[in-house]
Amino acid sequence: MIRDITLGQYYSTESVIHRLDPRVKLVGTLCYIISLFLIKNPIGYLVAAIFLAMVIWLSRVPVKFMIRGLKAIVLLLLIAGFFNLFFTPGEPLWSWKALTITKEGIVTATTMVLRLMFLIMGSSVMTLTTTPNNLTDGMEKGLGFLKLIKVPVHEIAMMMSIALRFIPILLEETDKIMKAQIARGADFESKNLIKKAKALVPLLVPLFVSAFRRANDLALAMEARCYRGGEGRTKMKPLIYKKRDAAGYLVILLYLVVCIYIGRVIKL
Amino acid sequence: MKDILTTENLTFDYIRRDDEGNVEGITTAVDNVSLDVKEGEFIAILGANGSGKSTLAKHINAILYPTEGTVYVDGKDTSDDKNLWDVRQSAGMVFQNPDNQIIGQIVEEDVGFGPENLGVPTKEIWERVEESLKAVHMYEYRKKSPNRLSGGQKQRVSIAGVLAMHPKCIVLDEPTAMLDPSGRKEVIRAIRALNDVEKITVILITHYMEETIYADRIFVMDKGRIAMEGTPKEVFSKVEKLKRLRLDVPQVTLLAHELKKAGLPLSDGILTTEELICQLS
Repeated sequence: MIRDITLGQYYSTESVIHRLDPRVKLVGTLCYIISLFLIKNPIGYLVAAIFLAMVIWLSRVPVKFMIRGLKAIVLLLLIAGFFNLFFTPGEPLWSWKALTITKEGIVTATTMVLRLMFLIMGSSVMTLTTTPNNLTDGMEKGLGFLKLIKVPVHEIAMMMSIALRFIPILLEETDKIMKAQIARGADFESKNLIKKAKALVPLLVPLFVSAFRRANDLALAMEARCYRGGEGRTKMKPLIYKKRDAAGYLVILLYLVVCIYIGRVIKL
Repeated sequence: MKDILTTENLTFDYIRRDDEGNVEGITTAVDNVSLDVKEGEFIAILGANGSGKSTLAKHINAILYPTEGTVYVDGKDTSDDKNLWDVRQSAGMVFQNPDNQIIGQIVEEDVGFGPENLGVPTKEIWERVEESLKAVHMYEYRKKSPNRLSGGQKQRVSIAGVLAMHPKCIVLDEPTAMLDPSGRKEVIRAIRALNDVEKITVILITHYMEETIYADRIFVMDKGRIAMEGTPKEVFSKVEKLKRLRLDVPQVTLLAHELKKAGLPLSDGILTTEELICQLS
């Protein structure tokens, strides 16, 4: 059961967005997030919403998967909305005891909530349409310029992909250790928080020991297969830009220009 | 035939140190071992736990360096740093735990890991991956996640991963120890095919007697030394000596041995059921 776990939240289907080079998607997501902080008026948000809707439509991922991503931040949205709505000083519209709604409050609360929603949805488009593997590849190649300032890009990407490979194995191991401890009378079901925390110790200690042992074995196996860092390594699946990737970059650029134009020129 | 592996008076000590780094004790894991393996041979190294067989294996891949003596792989001294990658490429290694030696998240990516490290061009990597996976009959699983495979299948993927590096010799360090009987059969079948079809030298380290009967030669290790050496027939005919070395002989061999002691006219070192039936009738 645990073996079937999908990592990240990749939604497998065929679409233009799925086929795009991961670097384009990374840059696109980054640009989209930046744009959200550039726009300052309703038309800007309309453009951002239309762009996002277009990308979601192109990706053929059901919208409910995007909404699912929002569930995790519902509380954050509520708190941000609440505080901005009631505690922004300005022209009062309505008040009850200590709570006052101001015109400025409504504006900041709406922009804040919209910004957060677009941010999460925008980045889930990337994670939903790119396999974790592809994403680490894209990061390694796309961030390759960081090597110049001594950032170990290859090593970080390798660590990420190994971590992804071992998550299901370690989950399974956790399950096994848990059952073994339950068989010896451990109580993982307790409602008491302190008891619950204490029960984790006999779970985590063996898990860590075994993780280190695995790491040691894996390092040995990698060395035995001539792994010696990123230098002189070739790629089985190299990332090569295609025409559609150029088109992708163009669309992103166009979108950014429009956002800046709206932010600078049109004042409401 | 050329020698692919030669060890001359190989000795390896594990040194235990206390917290201050003072030597607490020395365990000699491999003690003055000299052996040579010819190209294309199928060698089995047998031994009980702690007999030094895994330590010996780690020397062939230059994971450990000899305390004394020398190891030559394909004519190259393993303790010389500039030979390191050549040695590791010519002598591939498969380890015991199938989960801890698969690096890729997809079968084909894992098989491609070795060639990627060697700097093989992309097109050739794909060719090598295809031929290696076909050699161990795992080609149809190339797009699968390793987590969904059985133990025997995972070990076959590991073997393919080594094979894709085009080694001259493959060292398998108890590759079947963590597998169920059917997985064990699968893996042994794949190993024999490598030796028969691809003509790759195989050094199989194991403590299962049944796996060694197809070998050209067997080395039996005990307390870091080579205690016995010879063809399976020669080694398994000495049932009493093997027992003293805390090793079992295959059941058929034991039965034949007991029958012979009881007075039946049988030859020494019977290895398979067919052979026994043939001699009995």
